[in-house]
Amino acid sequence: MNWDIIIQYYPKLLEGALLTLELVVISGVIGVMMAVPIALLRASKTPWVRIFPFCFIYFFRGTPLLIQIFLIYYGASQFEAVRDSVLWVVLKEPYWCAIIAFTLNTAAYSAELFRGAIQAIPHGELEAADAFGMSWLLKTRRIVIPRAFGIALPAYGNEVVLMLKSSALASTITLLDLTGMARTIQARTYTPVELFTAAGLIYLLMAAVVIGLFRYMESRFNRYQYYKPNVDQMGVDKQ
Amino acid sequence: MIDLHGFGHLLLAGTWVTVKLALVSLSLGLVFGLLGAAAKLSNYKVLRAMATTYTTLIRGIPELLIVFAIYFGGSALVMAVASMFGYDEYIEVNPFMAGVAALSIAFGAYATEVFRMAILSIPQGQWESAQALGMTRGKTFFRIILPQVWRVALPGLGNLFQVLLKDTALVSVVGLQDIIRHATTAISSTKEPFTFYLAAACIYLILTAIATAGTLWMERACTPQLRYKG
Repeated sequence: MNWDIIIQYYPKLLEGALLTLELVVISGVIGVMMAVPIALLRASKTPWVRIFPFCFIYFFRGTPLLIQIFLIYYGASQFEAVRDSVLWVVLKEPYWCAIIAFTLNTAAYSAELFRGAIQAIPHGELEAADAFGMSWLLKTRRIVIPRAFGIALPAYGNEVVLMLKSSALASTITLLDLTGMARTIQARTYTPVELFTAAGLIYLLMAAVVIGLFRYMESRFNRYQYYKPNVDQMGVDKQ
Repeated sequence: MIDLHGFGHLLLAGTWVTVKLALVSLSLGLVFGLLGAAAKLSNYKVLRAMATTYTTLIRGIPELLIVFAIYFGGSALVMAVASMFGYDEYIEVNPFMAGVAALSIAFGAYATEVFRMAILSIPQGQWESAQALGMTRGKTFFRIILPQVWRVALPGLGNLFQVLLKDTALVSVVGLQDIIRHATTAISSTKEPFTFYLAAACIYLILTAIATAGTLWMERACTPQLRYKG
């Protein structure tokens, strides 16, 4: 074991970790923004509205992320029309291809989570909103989305950790994220055990931060679940 | 229909490798999961700590990194052990073995949690009544608890198997001749990446659909009250 290697290449690994974070944050944010409308359509009561989101979710959840990345990065170049269009500026960069693939993938997974959350909102609350005469838009904005957000939060935290892990696939299309960096360095130094251990520890640390962040958000956002009335002050128990 | 230029049989051969990899990793992973759950619920602090370390570590590290670590690090490790016995030739870990190791370790970590929750969901009274009948703890576990655990754990394990099936794709990165690898081979001569990766994606869709149907069937088979039409 040669642990000096880790210290020597530590800045490089951190550089890779930064790219990993960048990929996760950008695709995570766009992914959520896409997931909300998809989930709303998917939870719709009209059958033909549900078809498109269903196919989208089914494809992205049923195939490996690796294939999705390859389809976008290598697949797009098959078509003359794509290569000649403006899109090519984006699609020839592995960085943007990775972001597109991660975004669509996480959008599909989180849309399914949000759909479950939307359908888990107690019926009475929606009926109450209707009784107030709220329009569909107002009801969705004020009741459905905030409620579903609170319900989906713990599961969405898991999804972000999974996304952090699957971001390692960016290394397969030449990107030097944490995994890619570790792999490139080990090809030069022949010290796989040390480097992959170091990379693994950085991933663990990032996952721990994500988990902690979501725990905190949940304790803030779902405060009402932890609310205990202060019996002493109300003077109920003291007689 | 998609024109595969006669490379269809190659994709099918890759599919067989993928299925084999998934099934072997599944059976090993189930063993890891059961052992992990048993360790997490045991009375010995050391075992509990070991199982917790295992699940926390593996669930925080990308599967791809595990595959790399085992494929590249594994041969270094095997060679180090072999050189202690005086064998100094180069030993290579083959991609299939590395894949099975990585995928079953990853599957086992998640399965540990599923099994643990399922075991905890069996009422304590069942352990006690088995004890009252004079069964040993081991016998109780295999005759009373495990058959019920299986039923509770099935939906969770079904989801994990879907994840495993898709994760088999990762092993192509270290050179396993699976669907993706063969698709890449076909692409290098036909120059049609979209066609072949789409075909590969369709094969995965079919595989996951079969896995879902299989899980549902097993759930039905072990939940008699679902089939009861009174």
